[in-house]
Amino acid sequence: MAHQHPTPIYGLIAEFDDPNSLVMAAHRARTEGYRRMDAYSPFPIEELHEALGMHHTGLPFIVLVGGLVGCLGGYLLQYWTSAVSYPVNIGGKPFHSWPAFIPITFECTILGAALAAVLGMLALNGLPQPYHPVFNVARFALASRNRFFLCIEARDPKFDLEHTRRFLDSLSPTEVTTVAD
Amino acid sequence: MADQVIAPGHTFSTVTDKISAIVLNRRTPLGWWAGFAVSAALAGLLFISLTYLAVKGIGIWGNNIPVGWAFDITNLVWWIGIGHAGTLISAILLLLRQTWRTSINRFAEAMTLFAVACAGIFPLFHTGRPWLAYWLIPYPNSMGVWPQFRSPLMWDVFAISTYATVSLLFWFIGLIPDLATLRDRSQSHAGRIIYGMLAMGWRGSAHHWHRYETAYLLLAGLATPLVVSVHTVISFDFSIGIVPGWHTTIFPPYFVAGAIYSGFAMVLTLAIPIRFVYGLEDFITMRHLQNMAKVMLVTGLIVAYGYGTEAFIAWYSADKFEVFVPINRATGPYWWTYWLLIICNVLVPQILWLKRIRTNVAALFLLSLVINVGMWLERFVIIVTSLHRDFLPSSWGMYKPTFWDWSTFIGTIGLFLTLLFLFLRFLPMISIFEMRTILPGAKVDEDLGTT
Repeated sequence: MAHQHPTPIYGLIAEFDDPNSLVMAAHRARTEGYRRMDAYSPFPIEELHEALGMHHTGLPFIVLVGGLVGCLGGYLLQYWTSAVSYPVNIGGKPFHSWPAFIPITFECTILGAALAAVLGMLALNGLPQPYHPVFNVARFALASRNRFFLCIEARDPKFDLEHTRRFLDSLSPTEVTTVAD
Repeated sequence: MADQVIAPGHTFSTVTDKISAIVLNRRTPLGWWAGFAVSAALAGLLFISLTYLAVKGIGIWGNNIPVGWAFDITNLVWWIGIGHAGTLISAILLLLRQTWRTSINRFAEAMTLFAVACAGIFPLFHTGRPWLAYWLIPYPNSMGVWPQFRSPLMWDVFAISTYATVSLLFWFIGLIPDLATLRDRSQSHAGRIIYGMLAMGWRGSAHHWHRYETAYLLLAGLATPLVVSVHTVISFDFSIGIVPGWHTTIFPPYFVAGAIYSGFAMVLTLAIPIRFVYGLEDFITMRHLQNMAKVMLVTGLIVAYGYGTEAFIAWYSADKFEVFVPINRATGPYWWTYWLLIICNVLVPQILWLKRIRTNVAALFLLSLVINVGMWLERFVIIVTSLHRDFLPSSWGMYKPTFWDWSTFIGTIGLFLTLLFLFLRFLPMISIFEMRTILPGAKVDEDLGTT
């Protein structure tokens, strides 16, 4: 897309005062046929999920896998060390004394699942990400305070600088800005 | 006012500015320096004590056979218990959709982390050779040996290290959006860079928030059974043993209740001065203090029931060594610790039945200190009075704390407060983004978009 414009642009961003306007705008943009867009808000807004037509996240599945890996890994570690590699008679207990292995298996399950939740969330979100074009907009610093933004990206097939700007203006935002790439 | 979780009139910007200003204000208040200096001095005492211990060995502590565990394990259990309230507030109350948790969860989680750090010092140095503590980690080694996984002490290693890791992750994940706020609002170059690096490029994207919320909820769901398991495993250290007074099945639930009890007491001990000094009465309202008082009343009653059951089962067992334990606790050489514990944990907290007390900030603060002392005594009584007179009267003995027992204990309080002061100065003590969500302006009309 970049070659169509004198300066490469990432998209157009509209600023709103309150969460209601943002959700409304996101919904209108989707009805209008825009798909490559994102909304930015200082706190999670559940309704944006539907308005932007977002898919379900695969994160719970990643967490499940992390938990299972931790569970099996923890148990097998104890089984292999206590019954195979280094069997020691402790108070006449069997080498494979499974009830005694439960607490550590449990802790490893939680550890694996928690690590998967955090690392999975960061990876799916593409964080850490040192640079992103939206930060080129000076007023975007308020996205972490009290302002709400909707960005329609230039790579959207329906994106047209003039047309999209007119559309965003019709949503009565406080400001519409071009985002440099 | 008493029923609100946030004072009226606040908006997204006032909440953001008020909380972030505490961190971004360039002038450090004099009171902060005074508090930090005292805490850091006490933390220095801890470093001296631990250094001396590493040089001389654990003989500098008063523990000796038959009392092999004393202040060290008492302090370990006390600190871990304090930490549990942080996880309870941040995880369990989140799952129960208790919005009042929002203004206290951040610093309660910080309290958890610092308490776990203090707790970890004790078993580490009680090994006598802390530089060999890595032997507790199962790793392939040239000695060809592996840890003994049937021992509750090994379970402890996994439980506490998992707890520390998950608490850190939970706390850090919760901080990311607020770090982005600090990055965007910081006036100093260094602030923008440091908070910017920590925020990892967070930009509040709707896609990110969605996964973030999922991850946060899942972490809460994982932390909830974890916190219960950690104190259960701690109680196994005792109940798996055959020492009279330890070998009892009531320990896991009674330890978990005690942990929540002491943890909420510590949250009050910290929250009351902090809300006063930083003028945060709008965010940490009387509703919060009252709710915490109610949790303390309930968990206190569970703990009292635990004491009763302990004594009853000892008598009912008809085992003369078990029968002897409660009698020795109440009338033996450490009788005063037992009765002081009953006064602090069972009798005095009953004043919480009165609404007049639950709404009196000064009374709650004093009571929280009393419970902190009581819960420390509880662990001391469980550990020392059980060990000092077990089966053979010829091997009975007494334990007396030495200077180094006290200095290590007080030193960890110094370390805890030092970390807390640093936290208050450099990170937002209240979750800013979660405070925004409980404002009336954050509500989105249900029928939006469908029309």
